[in-house]
Amino acid sequence: MSEYILEMNQISKEFTGVKALDNVNFKVKKGEIHCLVGENGAGKSTLMKVLSGVYPYGTYEGDIVYEGRVQQFNKISDSVNTGIVIIYQELALFPDLTVYENIFAGNEIKQGGVINWNETIVEAKKLLAKVNLDVNPETLVKDLGVGKRQLIEIAKALSKDVKLLILDEPTAALNEDDSENLLRLLDGLRKQGITCIMISHKLKEVISIADSATVIRDGQTIGTLDASKGEITENTIIKNMVGREIQDIYPKRTKKAFGDKVLELKNWSAYDHKLGRHVVKNANLNVRKGEIIGLAGLMGSGRTELALSIFGNAKSYKLQGDLLLDEVPKAWKHPSDAIKDGIAYVTEDRKGDGLFLLQDIKSNISAANLHGIASKGVINDNEEIKVANGFKTSLHIKAASLEQLVGKLSGGNQQKVSLGKWLFVGPKLLILDEPTRGIDVGAKFEIYTVMNKLIEEGMSIIMISSELGEILGMSDRVYVMAEGEIKGELPIAEADQEKIMQLATQ
Amino acid sequence: MTLINDVKTLISKNIRDYGMYIALFVIFLIFTILTDGLFISSRNISNLLDSAGYIAVLAVGVMLVIVIRHIDLSIGFLAGFLGAIAAILLMQYGLPVYIVIPIILILGTIAGLFTGFLVAKVGIPAFVATLAGWLIYRGAIIQVTEKSGTIIVQNDAFNAIGNGYIPSFMQIGGLHLLSLLIGAIGIVFYIYSSISNRRNKIKYNFEVVSKQIFMLQLLFVSLIIAAITWILAGYNGFSWTVIIILLVVLVYHFFTTKTVLGRHVYAVGSNPEAAHLSGINVNKITYIVFGSMGLLSALSGILFTSRLQAATTTAGTLFELDAIAAAYVGGVSAAGGVGKVTGAIIGAIVMASLTSGMNLLGVGISYQYMIKGGVLALAVIFDVMTRRKGN
Repeated sequence: MSEYILEMNQISKEFTGVKALDNVNFKVKKGEIHCLVGENGAGKSTLMKVLSGVYPYGTYEGDIVYEGRVQQFNKISDSVNTGIVIIYQELALFPDLTVYENIFAGNEIKQGGVINWNETIVEAKKLLAKVNLDVNPETLVKDLGVGKRQLIEIAKALSKDVKLLILDEPTAALNEDDSENLLRLLDGLRKQGITCIMISHKLKEVISIADSATVIRDGQTIGTLDASKGEITENTIIKNMVGREIQDIYPKRTKKAFGDKVLELKNWSAYDHKLGRHVVKNANLNVRKGEIIGLAGLMGSGRTELALSIFGNAKSYKLQGDLLLDEVPKAWKHPSDAIKDGIAYVTEDRKGDGLFLLQDIKSNISAANLHGIASKGVINDNEEIKVANGFKTSLHIKAASLEQLVGKLSGGNQQKVSLGKWLFVGPKLLILDEPTRGIDVGAKFEIYTVMNKLIEEGMSIIMISSELGEILGMSDRVYVMAEGEIKGELPIAEADQEKIMQLATQ
Repeated sequence: MTLINDVKTLISKNIRDYGMYIALFVIFLIFTILTDGLFISSRNISNLLDSAGYIAVLAVGVMLVIVIRHIDLSIGFLAGFLGAIAAILLMQYGLPVYIVIPIILILGTIAGLFTGFLVAKVGIPAFVATLAGWLIYRGAIIQVTEKSGTIIVQNDAFNAIGNGYIPSFMQIGGLHLLSLLIGAIGIVFYIYSSISNRRNKIKYNFEVVSKQIFMLQLLFVSLIIAAITWILAGYNGFSWTVIIILLVVLVYHFFTTKTVLGRHVYAVGSNPEAAHLSGINVNKITYIVFGSMGLLSALSGILFTSRLQAATTTAGTLFELDAIAAAYVGGVSAAGGVGKVTGAIIGAIVMASLTSGMNLLGVGISYQYMIKGGVLALAVIFDVMTRRKGN
């Protein structure tokens, strides 16, 4: 038998014309901890979904060789039956069930079709001991912290006789103690012969625990690094992650003149009641008139949360610190307060919380500022058409008519409608959350051009982006976030991909 | 022929909107044939519309509740209870009609706002909150009618709301003059607003239907208004109930299509998260919609009590489900954000026509329920299918 428990050979996967994986080769040795690293959207999660049967056999190209045999997983249970268990970042536990019910959910201990609860509890206790978790198995999962829930997921995996355990960013939501605890546990499992694949953004963890690390970029394997040869260092990983040539698709601004501070945050923190933790910690940030601030960082680093906390505290966080608009302290309670004072926020998830997909273009564009086209509460239809037509022309929205439903537009045109909606509010500060995600290059260029025009007219922009090229190509100044904190501020002249990635993976 | 092709594309494009009208037309046609024209007689149509009144106003209200992704089960017994209060105020306290009606409408609005408070502020699911209301109002109506039993309302002005007709001034060839005038004004108003609307669209280079089609549309709708007017004028003319329905339709149609608040209602229903991030106060909209539901429940109670000329212990039973059924037949979407005032009214008329036609034919009550259930299911299936096709 080969030393590899898993060999994924020449895996390719396409989503309607977009190559998510392009001839990826990925080999994992038996009994090692193998880290999978790469930027957001590099293809790590897709690769793991191919492996676990989420994308069934036949929907991808290439071979999966596991324990010496070519496997054809048609559904998730096929991979689980061979001992491959994947634990996702968003834990799949039932909060209102007990710990022991959760551990054996879908894998119940039965006698003649009836669940043996006593046996279940006894087994659950053994598994909890294996993962060093000292809780009563009858506790409800919702009463446990994220760190402990993570361990319960692992106990659940162990109950299925796991041979290859896959963890998708297991420490992303954990604090330092819980993270260390988890890594110690993984080390213990390694000694018991369980192989582990861990997707992680935190390079320190990777360096401390990995036997090997494979870097994926743009759907391709860049290389596998071996710890025993001393190859796993921060520098080599980051080089492998970012070493892409940045194409010059970013239009230049001719005039650069920054005015006074439009917005300033001082020791700004936001506590999320639902998550029970701070999503933004002690942020200090400022935006000047006529400036594009790039807010870089990896997924889950707190950028969107920071934007929402600024934008009228849309998620009702508990806020601390000061927010100054034009040097005047503000305490907005609702997005409408922020809008009135000239803030606009174009959301990341335009279909989820940005647009009204069942309504037409003109209703979407006017939605945030209906009073702008109404007198005494009665809408002037002609005015609405005029306004919407204006944005359709200036933003080059491609649609048969203004009465087309927004749900039927392409991603790029939807994004332009979103932008139009917020420009109609007449903001002085525009927050763009991943403004070009999922749209084609042509539309991207158009949006960048619009941004430049707005800046030249004296607006200020905070641009959240996971694309380093976009951050470096468009920003005047860059802030990098990780774990809810601003880890650094870089003038654009000093910023490069390595520096940003270094701060983002702290 | 381009005209026929135009008509075809127009229908296939708007099949969801037109489907209801076509269904109503088919139902009218079938019953008219089966009853040898009795169904379409002036007297029957007049009665049909009057008996649809109290469900129609509820349907408009509950349509908006469904648009914002909630439900209200309490409206039937709330209507019954407020109807009983109206009877008590009129008969036992001897208050005049013009005082009783505003009181009832205000009470209804307060009750609706309270439901809104439970849903928006306290965060109870609307189904549970209004189920509690259903029980409470049911108990309340029994409570207030317990001693007296059925309360007979002997007040001509009040009873006219459900049974009376607008004054005629003059009969022309046996037809009701004022009703004819109202119909004529309606047609002129419709033609005027359609033409000015079309002009505006052309001015902004909007896609408009061809001139022939447009003329055809004008002619068609005008003919329908004329026909209804003609039929009603042949009996006693427009009843006060019909006038009230028309007013409710006008006000709510205006509210939902022309006002900022109306737009906000649809925005909240379409995507609450996006609405919140667009600066819309979602709680406020919830209050307004439930408040309006309470107001319309009160109106429904007044219409029903007046029509019966009495308040009974069982008034309001199953009104809520009839109204919800009418709203769904009228094309409201359970997923939220989609629904029209005109649709809800047509839905209510469809259901009332089924009752009326089947009564004329002597269809047993057991079959009536089953057939109505089938029509409801068909309407929603049709809606789902055309929506899927549209996407």
